[in-house]
Amino acid sequence: METILSLKNLDKKYGKVHAVNNLSFDIEKGNVYGILGPNGSGKSTTLGIILNVVNKTSGDFSWFNGQFTTHQALKKVGAIIERPNFYPYMTASQNLALICKIKGITTDKIDEKLKVVNLFDRKDSKFKTYSLGMKQRLAIASALLNDPEILILDEPTNGLDPQGIHEIRQIIKSIAANGTTILLASHLLDEVEKVCSHVVVIRKGVKLYSGRVDEMTASNGLFELKVETNEEELVSLLEKHKAIGKIAKDHKTIIATLISPLSATEINKFLFENGIVLSHLVKRKPSLEQQFLDLTNNN
Amino acid sequence: MLRLLTIEFHKLKHNTASKVLSIIYFGLLTSIALIAAIKFDIGPIKFHLAEMGIFNFPYIWHFNTYIASILKFFLLLVIVSMMANEYSYKTLKQNLIDGLSKKEFILSKFYTVIAFALASTLFVFVVSLILGFIYSDYNELAIVFSDLQYLLAFFIKLVGFFSMGLFFGILVKRSAFAVGAMVVWLIIESMFKGYLFWSFRGADKTTESVNNIMQFLPFEAMTNLIKEPFSRLGAVKSVANQIGENFTKSYDVSILSIIIVAIWTFIFIYLSFALLKKRDL
Repeated sequence: METILSLKNLDKKYGKVHAVNNLSFDIEKGNVYGILGPNGSGKSTTLGIILNVVNKTSGDFSWFNGQFTTHQALKKVGAIIERPNFYPYMTASQNLALICKIKGITTDKIDEKLKVVNLFDRKDSKFKTYSLGMKQRLAIASALLNDPEILILDEPTNGLDPQGIHEIRQIIKSIAANGTTILLASHLLDEVEKVCSHVVVIRKGVKLYSGRVDEMTASNGLFELKVETNEEELVSLLEKHKAIGKIAKDHKTIIATLISPLSATEINKFLFENGIVLSHLVKRKPSLEQQFLDLTNNN
Repeated sequence: MLRLLTIEFHKLKHNTASKVLSIIYFGLLTSIALIAAIKFDIGPIKFHLAEMGIFNFPYIWHFNTYIASILKFFLLLVIVSMMANEYSYKTLKQNLIDGLSKKEFILSKFYTVIAFALASTLFVFVVSLILGFIYSDYNELAIVFSDLQYLLAFFIKLVGFFSMGLFFGILVKRSAFAVGAMVVWLIIESMFKGYLFWSFRGADKTTESVNNIMQFLPFEAMTNLIKEPFSRLGAVKSVANQIGENFTKSYDVSILSIIIVAIWTFIFIYLSFALLKKRDL
């Protein structure tokens, strides 16, 4: 596997605040990574460091196995951070033409990329006339101009309305489908869950986990159960079952976490034989939100 | 280098304010020619400035570069805002993320400063040449092209002044405050000069001692590059002689002033770079 970005013991202190604490992870080509963490956990600072706009306190990072200096490497990277920053007095295509000059590429792809983000019709409007959603889409177009090896997105849906969020997600998904490596920082778990294959979890600048999304917590899954009557009986039956650990109640749904493998058929049969008829039974993996909370609470 | 210049000019050419200010500036440079039109003709008093010898070669080089350098404030606004805007639009951050290094960023600004200074110098050269050929009493080539060091001084003066503007633009991050900060610096320099005069008041050659120190400060050094040309004018001189004043002043462009301003330019550009490098954006 080709390593695109590698962080080693990266550290950043703002005075007394330890924003990034001894952070190490690798980004491999072809995967979609999510950096997860609550607000203020050091996600944006980390991205700022690897993007050459924040100075690290100590540690190291290298792009493409250290073949290039950071600013050369950034020409092969597409990145958008926090808010889209463009020259307000220039039109969309003038702004993109400037970025082409900085990246040292031809301007042929401007129209193509504007079409990808549905801004082609507005390409001659000044940037200051754009809505936030359009600005964010223009930022994505600008990040795609050089057909980057890796696309870095920091809170790409922040502040957008549901339609805008949906549009941005569709764009990200289609880019990921083309095999582009993506690094997505977000505090929105369902966003990461929907698009990422790998995840790095940080809290207070410390890495809690890095690896595949589905391996984040060792889990045998859980059952969601509902009955119309005899709820107490159901709970006491479940408590006696040796494959079931924690039992929680969420509104009218009973959530039973497994400590050893158990199929839905088996539990259904077991309950039916004991006189309980279920109205609802689902076996699933814990959501990323639950995994994330488990992880951040246990550490 | 060309790449960096085209990047910067791309930013400038779409900016209406910068475009208007640059056009006004070069328009005003051209309008130096209008001085030629100053003409009083009130009965017995006939006064035509163009015929007083101000457009005589080689004096015209001195006179025109001096007048032209007063107009540099228009371009200063363009320079300072091109720096400060990068902060207020947060595009500096974006530029760096897109793959411009911090060094390249500063260089692109500095090259633009040099380009503006060079264009101004060429402009003044052409305008003066044309005016001179129309009004000058002497048109021998040897005389026409003597004293061209004033053009060099003009160029150095603009580069130094604009570099200072760049530095304050980066330091203060807001155009208006950056220009304000330069004015404050100018006031502090003048107050310091006043203080020197006060503390040397007893010594002989007070002015000389004060100037020896003051020449190392940036604004004073830039002023020293091209000294005021008016008292050099033949007509003024003869009047002064009649009333008993004696001029022994040197109007030459001194190598020392050029070196001092060049060093200040280097300091300003280097400090801009160091500041940018140190800052987290």
